Amino acid sequence: MFAYLVRRLLYAFPILIGVNFITFALFFVVNTPDDMARMQLGVKRVTPQAIEKWKAERGYDKPFFINREAKNLSVLTDTIFFAKSARLFAGDFGRAEDGRDISKEIASRMGPSLAIAAPTFALGLFVTVSFALMLVFFRASRLDFWGIVLCVAMMSISGLFYIIGGQYLVSRLWRLVPISGYGGGIDAWKFVILPVAIGVISGVGASTRLYRAFFLEEASKDYVRTARAKGLSETVVFSRHVLRNALIPIMTSVVVVIPSLFMGSLLTESFFGIPGLGSYTIDAIRAQDFSVVRAMVFIGSVLYIAGLTLTDISYTLVDPRIRLE
Amino acid sequence: MNFTPVLLWSDILLWLLIFAAIVFGVLSGKNPLMRTAWRRIGRNRAGIAAATVLAVFVSIGLLDSLHYRRRLENTPPRHSAVYSVEALSLLDAIAAPLRERNEKTYSAPLAAHAYAKETFETRGADGRYRALRDFPRLRFGGAHLGEDETARRRDILSRTLRAEIFAIALFALLAGIVIHRLRCRYSCEKKAEISFGKAWKSIWAGETEFSWNALLGTLGALLALLLPALALCVDYHIFGTDKVGQDVFYQILKSIRTALVIGLLTTLVTLPLAVLFGIFSGYFRGWIDDVIQYIYTTLSSIPGVLLIAAAVLMMEVVIDTHPQWFATAVERADARLLALCGILGLTSWTNLCRLLRGETLKLRELEYIQAARAFGVGHSKIVFRHILPNLTPVIVIALVMDFSGLVLAEAVLSYIGIGVDPAMTSFGTMINNARMELARAPVVWWSLASSFVFMFALVLAANLFADAVRDAFNPEGE
Repeated sequence: MFAYLVRRLLYAFPILIGVNFITFALFFVVNTPDDMARMQLGVKRVTPQAIEKWKAERGYDKPFFINREAKNLSVLTDTIFFAKSARLFAGDFGRAEDGRDISKEIASRMGPSLAIAAPTFALGLFVTVSFALMLVFFRASRLDFWGIVLCVAMMSISGLFYIIGGQYLVSRLWRLVPISGYGGGIDAWKFVILPVAIGVISGVGASTRLYRAFFLEEASKDYVRTARAKGLSETVVFSRHVLRNALIPIMTSVVVVIPSLFMGSLLTESFFGIPGLGSYTIDAIRAQDFSVVRAMVFIGSVLYIAGLTLTDISYTLVDPRIRLE
Repeated sequence: MNFTPVLLWSDILLWLLIFAAIVFGVLSGKNPLMRTAWRRIGRNRAGIAAATVLAVFVSIGLLDSLHYRRRLENTPPRHSAVYSVEALSLLDAIAAPLRERNEKTYSAPLAAHAYAKETFETRGADGRYRALRDFPRLRFGGAHLGEDETARRRDILSRTLRAEIFAIALFALLAGIVIHRLRCRYSCEKKAEISFGKAWKSIWAGETEFSWNALLGTLGALLALLLPALALCVDYHIFGTDKVGQDVFYQILKSIRTALVIGLLTTLVTLPLAVLFGIFSGYFRGWIDDVIQYIYTTLSSIPGVLLIAAAVLMMEVVIDTHPQWFATAVERADARLLALCGILGLTSWTNLCRLLRGETLKLRELEYIQAARAFGVGHSKIVFRHILPNLTPVIVIALVMDFSGLVLAEAVLSYIGIGVDPAMTSFGTMINNARMELARAPVVWWSLASSFVFMFALVLAANLFADAVRDAFNPEGE
């Protein structure tokens, strides 16, 4: 197990380096730093001096990969690639366009993101699993049919409409909770409850259908027939046998998401004005702040790889037949 | 000639893709396995209904994909023809009344008056000017009524009624044709006549091989909805107007093409990458497999939205710094749309690739492929003869399933600001422009509501059709 984990971590390195190369290629080779400077300073009426100054301030005036003028190790380290990409591994994300430290910003925004994403995830999982279980329990009945129709209809609605509609109904018409914003402490629930509810509802359609398929597959297996033949009631068959075994595929589709909860939800956060990482990313995209986007890409892939590893570990915990070697 | 055709890349690709899909459909009909799959779709009522709705959307999109530039009228006589810089589509020409009749600002659906009050100066009986605040009449909405505004309700009702009668007549004609053909076929096969009524009954009860009842029912419903809309939209703004006074119905029609282009053209990037890499890594294994696996694991470990955002930001810089590449604004918007399709494709081929790799790994160990290899059949022949045909169902299912997700993704990306060109109408830009309108008092709901309804219809139809395709090509699945 331990050896496996070490190997997994070692395997993650080349992938992260690949991610770095892709982002680096996207940000620097497709567009030279000159293009970016022109973009940031306004396309027209830019003097070469202004561009040079902009590049020097942000450290973009170095060569890409190999600095022939430098000595020793700084042939490699005194380059844009090392300064902008390799240092991400050390958790050094540099500064945003407005001069703020990205690492600090990320640390302070993680809390609000988690406050929305974690309840949405937990509640959403609970709701969809119970809904799917109910549909399978009443399978091939009218309830099942209309439940699926409802799911297909719900997954055909854009997430934007759930947010816009929910915000309009609950906040503006009924005035139950504030429209947007975020507050720490005890009052936070007021700001959190609506985004969480909308997040859960907008995810119900697709996940319920997926989980229902898992449950149905499990319910058609031989051990379920044996359990019924034993005389167990349908409720016991489902709660003790089907639910437990179907949780394995459900878990594999879910665990991978857990680490990325830190990233928050882009849409929800920006609509509800929550100062989390999702809205940070959107603001950075809109302001064309490349360093922030680069940092978020890196963090996102680290979290994704962590999720994959977690999934594999959780496999062994729930299914003793699987051994990691 | 009064116009010159404009060939936009997305037009060409869209037409080619539709053409290729039809050719594929016809060719695959020769294969007995595929033919049974197509038949199974034909029997699926929800699938046929969805396909009918999709066909309407696609034909609107295709009409909107034939572009031309009009000749300017007042050119000097000896001069060679000068064409307008504005590229219009066939749909624009058909919907000219919708496109040209712009109001000043918001107006409610079917309204004859504007949404906001304005101040008029009127001259009273005593000859003095007085300021009067009232809702001004619209320039075009209900303009044919003249001064007599009380007739508006009656006019709308009578137009709707006449259109419905026409719809019923058209529906009866269509149903008659279908019944007639069915009777002919029946009498040919069984050498016996069946009555008109009996044929109708068997259609309605769904006893036919193809679900004619779903097709006819959907067509009837569409006719009943579309014909009144057509009858009304020439003189009214049936879905109101937006902030700058543009007809919302016209914007909806234009959005359909954008959604289709995003949903369909992305597959042009996804398909070759996924098929090529998937088969290569599954078939050859070894270091090729390692390299390809490394590529797609790396790509898929970057969060999708962020990768798209990064790529789109870069594309924007390229387009902004090279304005000389594009002759017209439409061409620039088109280039951006295509680039977006390319980016979406580059970020979404990994799933299909992984799927195809797994399938190929399974297939290459089967006896008949081992036998083919033992006989000395070349790699390319094995891949094209034995592996690719067996992967076709997986590919078809994956492509059809992707469509609705891409349409939904476009809306979200346009909201974030990394979607289509702001000058291009799409569901995403419509929602983005309209999202603050609910905060007005009285509420401006029509833009959002109509984009919601049409987007929902498109995505729902795509989802239902995808389910039908999945069930048909993968019968043991569910």
